[in-house]
Amino acid sequence: MAHDAMAKAANGAAGKAGLWAWINQRLPVELFWRSQLTEYYAPKNFNFWYFFGSLALLVLVMQLFSGIFLAMFYKVGADTSFDSVEFIMREVSFGWLILYMQSVGASAFFLVVYLHMYRALLYGSYKSPRELLWLFGMIIYLALMAEAFMGYVLPWGNMSFWAATVIINLFGTIPGIGPGLVEWIRGDYGIADSTLNRFFSLHVVALPLVLLLLVALHLVALHEVGSNNPDGVEIKNKKDARGIPLDGIPFHPYYTVKDIVGVCVFLTLMGLVVFFDPTFGNLFLEKANFEPANPLSTPAEISPSWYFTPYYAILRAVPNKGMGALLMLIAVTSFFFLPWLDRSPVKSIRYRGWIFKSFLGLFTISFLALMYLGMQPAQGIYITLSRLFAVPYFAFFGLMPFYSRLDPVKPVPERVTFHG
Amino acid sequence: MVKYASLVLALFAAPLALAAEEGANAAAAGAEKSAPVDWESWHAGNDVTDIASLQRGARNFMNYCVGCHSLKYVRYQRVADDLKIPASVLSAELVAPGSNALDYITTAMPAHDAENWFGTVPPDLSLIARSRGVNYIYRYLKTFYTDTSRPTLSNNLAFPTTAMPAVVSDLEGVKQAVFRDVKSGSGADATTEQVFDHFETTVPGNMSAEQFDGFVRDTVNFLDYAGEPVQVERRSYGLWVVLYLLMLTAFAWLLKKEYWKEVH
Repeated sequence: MAHDAMAKAANGAAGKAGLWAWINQRLPVELFWRSQLTEYYAPKNFNFWYFFGSLALLVLVMQLFSGIFLAMFYKVGADTSFDSVEFIMREVSFGWLILYMQSVGASAFFLVVYLHMYRALLYGSYKSPRELLWLFGMIIYLALMAEAFMGYVLPWGNMSFWAATVIINLFGTIPGIGPGLVEWIRGDYGIADSTLNRFFSLHVVALPLVLLLLVALHLVALHEVGSNNPDGVEIKNKKDARGIPLDGIPFHPYYTVKDIVGVCVFLTLMGLVVFFDPTFGNLFLEKANFEPANPLSTPAEISPSWYFTPYYAILRAVPNKGMGALLMLIAVTSFFFLPWLDRSPVKSIRYRGWIFKSFLGLFTISFLALMYLGMQPAQGIYITLSRLFAVPYFAFFGLMPFYSRLDPVKPVPERVTFHG
Repeated sequence: MVKYASLVLALFAAPLALAAEEGANAAAAGAEKSAPVDWESWHAGNDVTDIASLQRGARNFMNYCVGCHSLKYVRYQRVADDLKIPASVLSAELVAPGSNALDYITTAMPAHDAENWFGTVPPDLSLIARSRGVNYIYRYLKTFYTDTSRPTLSNNLAFPTTAMPAVVSDLEGVKQAVFRDVKSGSGADATTEQVFDHFETTVPGNMSAEQFDGFVRDTVNFLDYAGEPVQVERRSYGLWVVLYLLMLTAFAWLLKKEYWKEVH
């Protein structure tokens, strides 16, 4: 297909004179456009769940742009960060809009990424031949967590300070090197100006570069193997005489015009939050973070942002801090192994049996329950419930090699089914 | 535009108004002495679009709060612009002597004096409505009571052992808190706990209960405004942004439908 596109691009460019041909003889613009968009064939049966990849890319770009403008006014430093954020809110022209786009955007990023990942669970998108695609996606998720955590520290509010204290101290549970490692990360004996400065550097330079590189790899891997679809059918197995998949349609214009609808709906919802409730009921911006960082005053309840709370609930469910941190690490990294844990012959939930559906259903409930529990005080019934819901969470991954093989699957059709 | 904005804002304010009513009901119930006063459920019920209330709140702040507390992120001029306060009133009534209209609103009290007098520096109030919430400030300002064991001779239900004296007692009057004993457990484990029941005014103030409630609500309203001065403007922009995006969504949907007609 690439060869075909190359020939066409060469013909197209050669047939025309002037600037366009001149450029294409020196830079493969037309070739790229054709091979990646107009002659990249995507399955025609994408549904609601397939909006979130392009939306994640949109949010990434929005975060980069709002971040660039914020960095023009933000003054990193333990004595200046908090004041400069209020300066942006109150005195920079439309600074409040840029700031809220960034803070709401962080939550939107995780919402979109979680739905994007859930799509992969529903339709087995991580299964062969898309293992590397899935691994790149998972590394993006980890990098995004680091990016969000460091960004959360930058306003230097009291929750920024204490969240940083709690999270960085987790590294102290590593046997042997733990305490030294924590000091090395902070650059001081406590969370301090040095910590804030390095987090700023990592947040605005290092991690965005890593994220962009990983997203590029994720997309190259995607376009090499082609998209999965709600039926889990490989459309490349059925091609017409010209070598075009029978169930494929050119990404552009079909999915570009479709994704624009998704973008409009998403921006409308984001607009509702940004303009009418930017703290989202104190969930996106916590009350405690409107007080400056204060090492002498611990907030009544320290809890991370909502997108980390499922893991935080697991951390707190274990009495031993080291074991809790280890279990939390396993909870996050279990996703990496899905391509090899899943032994089912089918990809899509549509053709899986009741066993897989039950495990996935329980996992979904557990993830949401742990998310809620991680926001509650670490006491009594909340701890008990966290332990209870951690069991199906880990069972989903741990038992998958067994139940995915026993699962009574249904026959998968030859071609995709199309529901309009 | 203003009309639609106020319509939407009215929709947003409706739950607040209901909450205010609830608060008033709770206060009324307390007066009957049968049920204990449920001050923890009081709602500020303020409305940041009420310019007159914000103006009164700004006046209250300048008369009662700025002696000790700053609004270090808020400029006098911004308040005057947003609250439609004429320049003459601004310079005559609001701007502190020696300050300029473009200055930030800061207290004249030196921090080291404050520490000597109160044991702590009174906090800046720019973000108090965002960090604690308007209901907290409302409850705090309305639950001061006499307590001779405290250096200020007063205490507070919302913030026990607060270092702040009851500075509004000339308006509200001096209140005594009446506690009742609540026994829990039995036998050797039996404990008695002092639980707040209601207030009794011992020295009447210059204001009636309703007047004082309005005074507190206006002040809280001003602090709500000061926490995020752009909030009213933000919502009015939001209306147009969302309407535009909805329209764009409709056109995008039609475009998608047109292209996808041929896909089967």
